[in-house]
Amino acid sequence: MPESSLVKDGRSSSVEYGASPLRQFSQSSLLLHRNSYMLGTFCTEHNVQQCLSHINQEISSLGLPPVWTESGNSSELNIVAVLNCMYDLIQLHRRGLRTLESMEVEQLKSSSNIDHLQLTITRLKEQLELSKRENTGLLERERQLQLKAKSLQSCLKNEKEEVQKLQNIIASRASQYNHEMKRKEREFNKLKERLNQLLVDKKEKKQAIDVLNNIGRADGKRSLWKTEKTEAKHEGEMYKTLLSDYDARQRELVLENAELRKVLQQMKKDMVSILSSRKPAVKSDKPEHSGVQARSEEEEEEVFDSSKESVELYCVHAREKLTNSIRLQWRRLKSHVERLDSQASLVQMVESKDTDAVPQETQEEEMDRLKLEIQQCKDFIQTQQQLLQQLSSPCDEETASLLSNCYMLQEKERLGEEWKTLEEQRKIFERERKNFTEAAIRLSHERKAFEEDRATWLKHQFLNLSPFADSKKTPLLKSKSAFLISAETEAPEKLIKCHSDTASPTPRCVPLASASTADLYRTLCLIPENSSVQPKTNGEHVEESSMFCGDVFVQHQQWEHSEDHTPSQEKNSSI
Amino acid sequence: MNFSEVFKQSNQLCKVSPDGKYLATCVQYRLVVRDVSTLQIMHLYTCLDQISHMEWSSDSLFILCAMYKRGLVQVWSLEQPDWHCKIDEGSIGLVSSRWSPDGRHILNTTEFHLRITVWSLCTKAVSYIKYPKACQKGIDFSRDGSYMALAERRDCKDFVSIFVCDDWHLLRHFETETQDLAGLEWSPNGCVLAVWDSCLEYKVLLYSLDGRLLSTYSAYEWSLGVKSVSWSPSSQFLAIGSYDEKVRIINHITWKKIAQFEHPATVESTKTVYKEVERRPAVGTDEMSLHNITTGSTLFNTQSKYEICSLPVQIPVVKPDPDRANPKIGVSVLAFSSDNHYLATKNGGFQVHSLNWHCSDNSLILLGKEQLCLCYMETDEEDK
Repeated sequence: MPESSLVKDGRSSSVEYGASPLRQFSQSSLLLHRNSYMLGTFCTEHNVQQCLSHINQEISSLGLPPVWTESGNSSELNIVAVLNCMYDLIQLHRRGLRTLESMEVEQLKSSSNIDHLQLTITRLKEQLELSKRENTGLLERERQLQLKAKSLQSCLKNEKEEVQKLQNIIASRASQYNHEMKRKEREFNKLKERLNQLLVDKKEKKQAIDVLNNIGRADGKRSLWKTEKTEAKHEGEMYKTLLSDYDARQRELVLENAELRKVLQQMKKDMVSILSSRKPAVKSDKPEHSGVQARSEEEEEEVFDSSKESVELYCVHAREKLTNSIRLQWRRLKSHVERLDSQASLVQMVESKDTDAVPQETQEEEMDRLKLEIQQCKDFIQTQQQLLQQLSSPCDEETASLLSNCYMLQEKERLGEEWKTLEEQRKIFERERKNFTEAAIRLSHERKAFEEDRATWLKHQFLNLSPFADSKKTPLLKSKSAFLISAETEAPEKLIKCHSDTASPTPRCVPLASASTADLYRTLCLIPENSSVQPKTNGEHVEESSMFCGDVFVQHQQWEHSEDHTPSQEKNSSI
Repeated sequence: MNFSEVFKQSNQLCKVSPDGKYLATCVQYRLVVRDVSTLQIMHLYTCLDQISHMEWSSDSLFILCAMYKRGLVQVWSLEQPDWHCKIDEGSIGLVSSRWSPDGRHILNTTEFHLRITVWSLCTKAVSYIKYPKACQKGIDFSRDGSYMALAERRDCKDFVSIFVCDDWHLLRHFETETQDLAGLEWSPNGCVLAVWDSCLEYKVLLYSLDGRLLSTYSAYEWSLGVKSVSWSPSSQFLAIGSYDEKVRIINHITWKKIAQFEHPATVESTKTVYKEVERRPAVGTDEMSLHNITTGSTLFNTQSKYEICSLPVQIPVVKPDPDRANPKIGVSVLAFSSDNHYLATKNGGFQVHSLNWHCSDNSLILLGKEQLCLCYMETDEEDK
């Protein structure tokens, strides 16, 4: 509104206090006060004309008829015009105030609206937030429910499948049962028919066998009566087969066990060596390895002990000791490898990955392989322990008796063998004895002959001592051997007599032809001393050259010398 | 491989004597004995009726011919063709007949498994064994022929009787913890008896020779169980083939499973797979994958050849009818090689009737309905 703006411009000085007097404007009493205040500053006696023209301008600019015309020089104002003007101005002012009021009221209204709207906005925002949160919550629940639904569906599918499978099983079993039932029913019917037939059929065909002749048993033995003894024998045989089977199995298992034990020992040694070789390298590292060192020293002792005790590993404690020590070693090895692994991984993070990967992998492979082997060994050992326990449990009396017989068997066999050797030796001795006797007989014959010969020779010698017997010397010497031969070929009666005489074990007495004089004795004694009597190994080869003196004792001695290698038995039985 | 001329036989009764010198075949009611090397007919015997079963005695001196319909058993001697023996079971009927391991006794199972009659050819004596069980394999002789194990059923309970074959003396008689005993088998060393339940329950029980229960093995419950069982020749392992198409091997020390083999439809892990491709389009392919086979070459006739398939190979599986009893799934045949290195198994409904190893363990013979396949195995051991 241009009027109001002009009013505002004109009254620029009054703008400052325009706001507060608005409230008091309805009170007309204060109006004059204002005006008088304003008038006092605007117009003075000096500038009346200027003021008048100014006001005229202003009024004309407001659109009101002019207040003052410049027609006369009179300074008198047209009062009517001025009053009208004033009245107009007052109306304008009132109108302006009214509009102002209304605007203020509007403004108040709008501000309150704004407030209200702001409040609603915040409320709605809050509501929105809330509903968003609710929404997300609901979405989450929906998702969970969907998952649950899926899992339930899969469960349902599984259950359905299982139900289907069970139904199939039931169906197959039912068909099997039906089949069996039908078969049984058919058989039953056949039985019934047969029974009927048998009841009706009068002539009954009996069972019979018609053999041309009995044939022998397959193994050729006669069949035995069924007695308790045969029954016991059958039982015995049955248990024997079972026992031999168990024996064989146990032997195999013992061998396997021994091998596995060796493998475990080997593994343990290897592990100990690996761990102990690390010791100097380990020393420089962390202090916790000191414990390991102490333990590894113990291990070495253990290794030595176990190698000595290898034979004693058959008892439970030693076995447990072995397995425990292996477990211990294994744990240490594992920790060591793990440490290496961690070190390697640390190094890997710093360096490139190429270098350490391969040895690590191979180590891991080695570890896995070792682990597997150890597990297998452990299982084997466990099963074998169980079996050994089973086998070492007490058996029946029968088996005990069988076993006891087994122990004796070996000794019996040995005894039998010894008997055999003894028998053979006895036979050999018999033969030797026979030979001895024969030789002795021969010897006695020869001796006899020789004696006779000597006797004759002595006789001749004796006779030759006399001056008349020179011519008869040489034929005598010749006749010595002839005598021997003749003595041997003489009638065996003499020999037999001799033999019967000498058969007794008493010291032999050889009949001498003559030797009564002392001279004869001396000469006779001298002769056998001079002759060579060679010591013989066997009594069989007593030389004929040995000439015997008349003394039986000496002969006996000689005989003994020659026979000193034969056993004492033979001495007694010889001549 | 050379083949002789075709000889007639009936009932698939054609057996070589245990000493390997003679071949016996049955043609209707006649028994023909030929020399193996010359294939000349040595003896010809005539029985009273069509022969249902024929068996050589263990010492190859006698042949047993059983005629189930008539209830008769006739025994013929090779040394004395004039010798005859006829066993008539009478009205009680005959269902099966077999020799005892010593070759001098005949065990006849009567109709309805009422009893087993033991006839002695040496003394004409008769013994009876009551309540034998009618099952897949109810009677087994130990390998050395000294013991016989027989499954019995009394009062709805299963028992096992162990007899001494010498004089048929009952050594042990004990109850087994099975629901319905299906079979029993001695270990080759004669010390352990494996007893298994019917296919409705997976249970294998191991008894010692003196009747003690050593161990029980059960792999799973409810599904169909054991189909076939086989001992390894060293008695160290027991292979159990089941309806779930797996073979489980248990060891003789702990009687626990040590290995498990599967028969997946897609073969990936074996070394080589041979596929027979026939030029004639009518017959389909026949293939087999064996465990532990390394490489090999096979002989073939002119009409088919083998090609090596690249792994993985999909084996055509025919799904059996689940509503029928005794379905044709699962491991039905197991065969160990005599050196304990290999195990051959047949899984599923393949038309393979028998699997046998050659005694030198370098080849495996597969007999199908119309085919004979001989697989050689080469090991990768380096010589010297």
